[in-house]
Amino acid sequence: MLEQLLPNVFWPEIWQASLDTLNMLAGAMLFTVLLGLPLGVLLFLTGPRQLLEQPTVYRLLSFVVNLLRSVPFVILLILMIPFTELLVGTSLGVPGAIPPLVVGATPFFGRLVETALREVDRGIIEATQAMGATTRQIIFSALLPEARPGIIAAITVTAITLVSYTAMSGLIGGGGLGDLAVRYGYQRYQPDVMAVTVVLLLILVQILQSAGDRLVVHFSRK
Amino acid sequence: MIEFDRVHKAYLVNGRSIPALQPTNLSIEAGEVFGLIGHSGAGKSTLLRLINRLEEPSGGRILIDGEDVTALDQHGLRRFRQQVGMIFQHFNLLSSKTVAENVALPLKLAGELDRAAIAERVAELLERVGLAEQAGKYPAQLSGGQKQRVGIARALATRPKILLCDEATSALDPQTTASVLQLLAEINRELRLTIVLITHEMDVIRRVCDRVAVLDAGTIVEQGPVAQVFLHPQHPTTRRFVLESEHLDEDSLHADFEQVPGRILRLTFQGEATYAPLLGTVARETGVDYSILAGRIDRIKDTPYGQLTLALTGGDLDAALARFEAADVHLEVLR
Repeated sequence: MLEQLLPNVFWPEIWQASLDTLNMLAGAMLFTVLLGLPLGVLLFLTGPRQLLEQPTVYRLLSFVVNLLRSVPFVILLILMIPFTELLVGTSLGVPGAIPPLVVGATPFFGRLVETALREVDRGIIEATQAMGATTRQIIFSALLPEARPGIIAAITVTAITLVSYTAMSGLIGGGGLGDLAVRYGYQRYQPDVMAVTVVLLLILVQILQSAGDRLVVHFSRK
Repeated sequence: MIEFDRVHKAYLVNGRSIPALQPTNLSIEAGEVFGLIGHSGAGKSTLLRLINRLEEPSGGRILIDGEDVTALDQHGLRRFRQQVGMIFQHFNLLSSKTVAENVALPLKLAGELDRAAIAERVAELLERVGLAEQAGKYPAQLSGGQKQRVGIARALATRPKILLCDEATSALDPQTTASVLQLLAEINRELRLTIVLITHEMDVIRRVCDRVAVLDAGTIVEQGPVAQVFLHPQHPTTRRFVLESEHLDEDSLHADFEQVPGRILRLTFQGEATYAPLLGTVARETGVDYSILAGRIDRIKDTPYGQLTLALTGGDLDAALARFEAADVHLEVLR
């Protein structure tokens, strides 16, 4: 029955592509958070009227973030090839896809973190300062815990953006569901393969969004 | 003791210097409750924040127990701030932490106590403010009055010598305001803590403060013991605050004066004199008739006082005035 409906679908290959997508997503997300969270905190702190106001640093960071965000991801993928080879030794497969994914998502995530931190009531920063907290203590004891729901929401949005980026990485031989959809579904005209990959991506996005929403609700005490 | 020595503050807005506090001398005694009253923009919030240097002064010195805190470096400033508690109009509690975690925060930041000692101190503080039952709740689950009590417990955690109150009751309803002010008065008595509070309500000053300063456009226009400032206001701004607190306005009071014949006087009693049957005695002995145009019997902190505006007609008016003068009351002839 299933074979008649989806004659071209070769399940082991779908399975492998799904694993590749999940690996790319997990790897890229990990490094995006590791780099983007400090970036967001730095953007916030050096911003106008903030704790470590540094107009020059802020403008520079802002410029770089805007620059990276304005490059379309497909172009970033190609531009990144030499750098990726230098960094991980290959520009192909899952390892080759992660650096461009991280570079594409980090500025986006950093901005979202900055926004989440700006949502924290200034009075809370003032209260913590009045207790004699150091800047480091203010960040770790007040700002980040208070912004946690916002940061989780930022991770969710970034993860979903990364899912669509992984689909594009097929272009440089990155593998994954998107690659499968392009090679089989589009180039060999096998609409059944296309449909299966799209459904799987849809399910993935749904899972990410509802898990993120649940976590946001769980950590919101307001 | 907190001393301001020619302290002033100006903000730089778009390259222009906007004065918030004119050069100010002020001295607040250890253990007293000192009130600062002013309309918004009068500079009271700036003045309060200069004490723990949440605002940096543009000039002048601030001495706390003789030590110039404007000269402290970052490390010294942090140590100093741990000895100054602060509570806020909007409480500024961390929504992501429980009541107990909020109260524990200043102790954790100070890093001087271990976990067990912090837990013990937090329990003690929550007991003190009557919130022992709420330790595990989040701020969003509390009422406004309870949130401010958490704020007070948090501010007292490091055993400060000074407590700064930034419009601490302005977001609360009258009943809750009364209970929070009562708690502040108790804390002041029991812990011999210096309290500096800012407000725009004369009622708050009247209930808890020992002394008050009135701020207008960045300048202290009047200051002194609350009873003196409250009962005999000199500056127009002070008079407005007093009238506001009695829900009166000067125009309608004067319109009332037009309706009555005779002399109009204002008698002010304080302490024991409040309870003496002076009015009846004088009326009987001198044969004057009186009608009361305005009046209030209340307390300033713990001292009872009364203030009556009377119209006197008939009888021996001069004798009546002489009798009032001789008695233990303050007499003003308004007409």
